[in-house]
Amino acid sequence: MDHSSSLGGDASASATRITPGFALRPEDIALAAEQGTATPGGDVADYALRLGDDALILAQRLGHWISRAPELEEDVALGNIALDQLGHARSFLTYAGSAWGKSEDELAYFRHEPEFRSAHLFEQPNGDFAATIARQFIAANYQFPLYRELSKSTDPMLAAIAAKAVKEVDYHLDHSTQWVLRLAGGTEESRRRMEAGLALMWPFVGELFEDDPLIAKVGDAGVVPSSLKEEFDRSTGAVLAEAELDVSGHPMATGGGRLGRHSEYLGFILAEMQVLAREFPGAGW
Amino acid sequence: MNEARLPEGTAPAPAEGAPRWPLWEVFVRSSRGLSHVHAGSLHAPDASMALRNARDLYTRRNEGVSIWVVPSDAIAASDPDSKGSFFESPQGKDYRHATYYTKSEGVKHL
Repeated sequence: MDHSSSLGGDASASATRITPGFALRPEDIALAAEQGTATPGGDVADYALRLGDDALILAQRLGHWISRAPELEEDVALGNIALDQLGHARSFLTYAGSAWGKSEDELAYFRHEPEFRSAHLFEQPNGDFAATIARQFIAANYQFPLYRELSKSTDPMLAAIAAKAVKEVDYHLDHSTQWVLRLAGGTEESRRRMEAGLALMWPFVGELFEDDPLIAKVGDAGVVPSSLKEEFDRSTGAVLAEAELDVSGHPMATGGGRLGRHSEYLGFILAEMQVLAREFPGAGW
Repeated sequence: MNEARLPEGTAPAPAEGAPRWPLWEVFVRSSRGLSHVHAGSLHAPDASMALRNARDLYTRRNEGVSIWVVPSDAIAASDPDSKGSFFESPQGKDYRHATYYTKSEGVKHL
């Protein structure tokens, strides 16, 4: 699979030019905070923490697929999406932490379970491939309009982070849509699994679109979750209709992630994610 | 068995003799005006997934603005064993190169 040698063999070949390009990096955000040019207020920091925790926990879940996906190519696709999410998490957490004098690492590795503000959807177990696709389908259809609207935030840093993230989530949306259609329209077995995956994940849709007092406090710096629900219903509905899938009968779970009340899964995710940093504080490579 | 209870992230091993995804050849163009160059190959269930996989595998570092994927089966390749008859014939035929010819007197811009 690695054809990097052939890519690098001919300096004049078209597939050899490699540039990192330019984009907002977490390091830039940390620097801006250090120079005092961009530090969020407490409410905006709490809001950024939520978004960062959603992305961080989803990244950790998706990363577990590496070496376990049905095909090598899908391994790379899920790994890419995990890294995109991790990048968003780093930016949001760096920005949030700058309000409290904490680094992204301190927030990711040295908080306890009740201090995490992620929604329950993101900590749901990977299950089989179809269950992961169902979770991705919901996550991307939520994050895409969220980041698009957040890119118009009155907080310039949140707007900049969202403007970068929305392009990446656009691809996650496409990836999950393609797979929902293929699994639903594939074999009897793949369709059964897609239906089972949606049944597992759909109860966690409700929490994503719940408004709470923090949302009112951040005002135009944030996005009102309930304002995204109609678009979510429309965008998921179109794909589900094409796939002839029905999610209307699924009950909604109670949620509580935004208050730090999590399901039994988050503790295990954190244990794995945090063990190295806690065993060797400050370790780097 | 309820797949909710499957060990996390465990893909069932493909059955013996189960059909594999077909192979695709990937061509990437780095910028306008240049041609697509063969970058490698990958497996995908169909053309549109092949394009997406190619995007993930071969344009990770800003390498491209355009991708082609072609079913590997659709490519006819020259036979490596007939290298002699195929590729050695031009050797010694200097007159096929422009440099073989001497420039006529008074011709400009050459």
